Amino acid sequence: MEPINKLTSIITPLDRVNVDTDQIIPKQFLKRIERTGFGEFLFYGWRFKEDGSKNEDFVLNDPLYEESTILLASHNFGCGSSREHAPWALLDYGFKVVIAPSFADIFYNNCVKNGILPIRLNEETVEILLKDSKGKKNQLSIDLENQTIESISSGRVTFDIDPYWKEMLLNGWDEIALTFQFEDQIVQYEKSHS
Amino acid sequence: MPQTIIEKVWKDHIVYEEKGKPDLLYIDLHLLHEVTSPQAFEGLRLNNRKVRRPDLSFATMDHNVPTINRTNITDPVSKKQIKTLADNCREFGVPLAHMDHPDQGIVHVIGPELGLTQPGKTIVCGDSHTSTHGAFGALAFGIGTSEVEHVLSTQTLWQSKPKTMEIKIVGELGFGVTAKDVILAIISKFGVDVGTGHIVEYTGDAIKGLSMEERMTICNMSIEAGARAGLISPDEKTVDYLRGRAHVPEGEEFSALKDKWLNYASDEGAVYDKTLEIHTDEIEPFVTWGTNPSMGSGISSSIPYATDYQESSEQQELKQALKYMDLEEGTPLSAIEIQHVFIGSCTNSRLSDLRQAAKLIEGKRVHQDVRAIVVPGSFSVKLQAEKEGIDKIFMDAGFEWRESGCSMCLAMNDDIVPPGERCASTSNRNFEGRQGAGSRTHLVSPVMAAAAAIHGHFVDVRHMLNVHA
Repeated sequence: MEPINKLTSIITPLDRVNVDTDQIIPKQFLKRIERTGFGEFLFYGWRFKEDGSKNEDFVLNDPLYEESTILLASHNFGCGSSREHAPWALLDYGFKVVIAPSFADIFYNNCVKNGILPIRLNEETVEILLKDSKGKKNQLSIDLENQTIESISSGRVTFDIDPYWKEMLLNGWDEIALTFQFEDQIVQYEKSHS
Repeated sequence: MPQTIIEKVWKDHIVYEEKGKPDLLYIDLHLLHEVTSPQAFEGLRLNNRKVRRPDLSFATMDHNVPTINRTNITDPVSKKQIKTLADNCREFGVPLAHMDHPDQGIVHVIGPELGLTQPGKTIVCGDSHTSTHGAFGALAFGIGTSEVEHVLSTQTLWQSKPKTMEIKIVGELGFGVTAKDVILAIISKFGVDVGTGHIVEYTGDAIKGLSMEERMTICNMSIEAGARAGLISPDEKTVDYLRGRAHVPEGEEFSALKDKWLNYASDEGAVYDKTLEIHTDEIEPFVTWGTNPSMGSGISSSIPYATDYQESSEQQELKQALKYMDLEEGTPLSAIEIQHVFIGSCTNSRLSDLRQAAKLIEGKRVHQDVRAIVVPGSFSVKLQAEKEGIDKIFMDAGFEWRESGCSMCLAMNDDIVPPGERCASTSNRNFEGRQGAGSRTHLVSPVMAAAAAIHGHFVDVRHMLNVHA
């Protein structure tokens, strides 16, 4: 996966709580056997009307946010199905960072395994950022190495991330290759448990 | 020091631990299906890697298989996905219950049926409802496709130890109240993210009194409360269920295994990071009216008003949900008319579910405006039900009797609820568009679904059961 460290972009504000992965990528698009090509179906049910035309009221269809690589959401983002197609769709669409007060566990894991940086921020900061990003371009800079975000509206704020995931994201490492270094321990475990 | 089952199973599976890192956990059983595995197998091929332990892996086809004519998959993309799984299993030596195989079924139904699921095991699958297997005292959780690839290659996973949570169900279940109502009531009371970062153990006399199939229904929906996993300490019922199953050893080996299993049960006085309680007095047959599983109420109540909620975000969420569901605040749940009934899914498609629903509908007719289908959870459930004449009861009442699979729970095959129509469904998710774009889902128990099928709207099944008694 691609390493990620510093990034500056305007924020796309998605002001909904409990956004589930069925909304991020509806099931009718899960039949592909590749990891790519899911971006066009991201938030399909919200982006498009029943007749297939664009839903102009949905934030992703606002030209203001066209170049955005940061998605800002409310609490419990990514709940429901374990489908990794959700982060694949976000990434393919162009999002590299998702910020929310909380994430569903499986979705969080799926993000870090694909080079998407999920950032947990406190509710108040998210509220401020949401307010300041609605209908206008609100630029945010992210520095993973130093675990900070910075914008005019929020100022400089730090965020937490597990050091293991941080290293993985910064280096874009292949986790399986890393685990192979523990082959002896795995063999040992298997011997003592057979 | 007394320990919870969660700590015991976790500790038993640590391959490597180091401060500041997640633990490297060994995985005892890896279940696979056609939707979340193709990219993982492709990853193995691209990196010239093998499946480390095909003998600890088991695959089936469930998400997108047809439930009418197995040989006729109309969608070429579905067809390709199913063929890809068969090809991958052949290439990598993974055992597969193909859609025509007698062991086929929903992955979370066949694991226990075959005795692959056992207490104290770590079990993963690229499916969030893997928590189902927790009913046996296994530590079972859903994973993404990258993790599927990781398990295929290494038979391990890096996992940070979640916190522990006890959800205690106090009291005995009331008349007409099922396991499904218990778990819907729990999610409604505590919310869809109460379990985030936690593994839940369900405890209390009500849980002890449940059959293994009912326990599976409870654990199945742990993910709907946001939990990483949900489980129940094994007891004699667990042992009895597993005795004699295809993948369970016999004789002395079984006796030894049985003791080992029972030892996994949480110790008296074990402490959890968090304990929540719900009393069975609070639980009546449940119906969801919104677009996530916490948006539900007892059948005798009405849809809440926005003003019942304090937070503006909750009020906004309610309004969005009711707009999608085309429902009004304050509407009695019994006034909601439905056009579809789906009895099936990894939550409620087992023999006891079908038996209960069949008993209720025997001699009655499905309402003229309702289309009702029954999709058994596995080939084996279907066969047994047919032996008991349950298929005939359903068909005589006007239900369609189908082949096993996930079917209308997520509508990846042809079993779809049309836009704007309502379904009383025994499945686990009522998200927008879950059963088809624009479809509206109400989650209920099998008997509540059966009752709604007869009446064309939700009814309190306790009244029908009373008449029966």
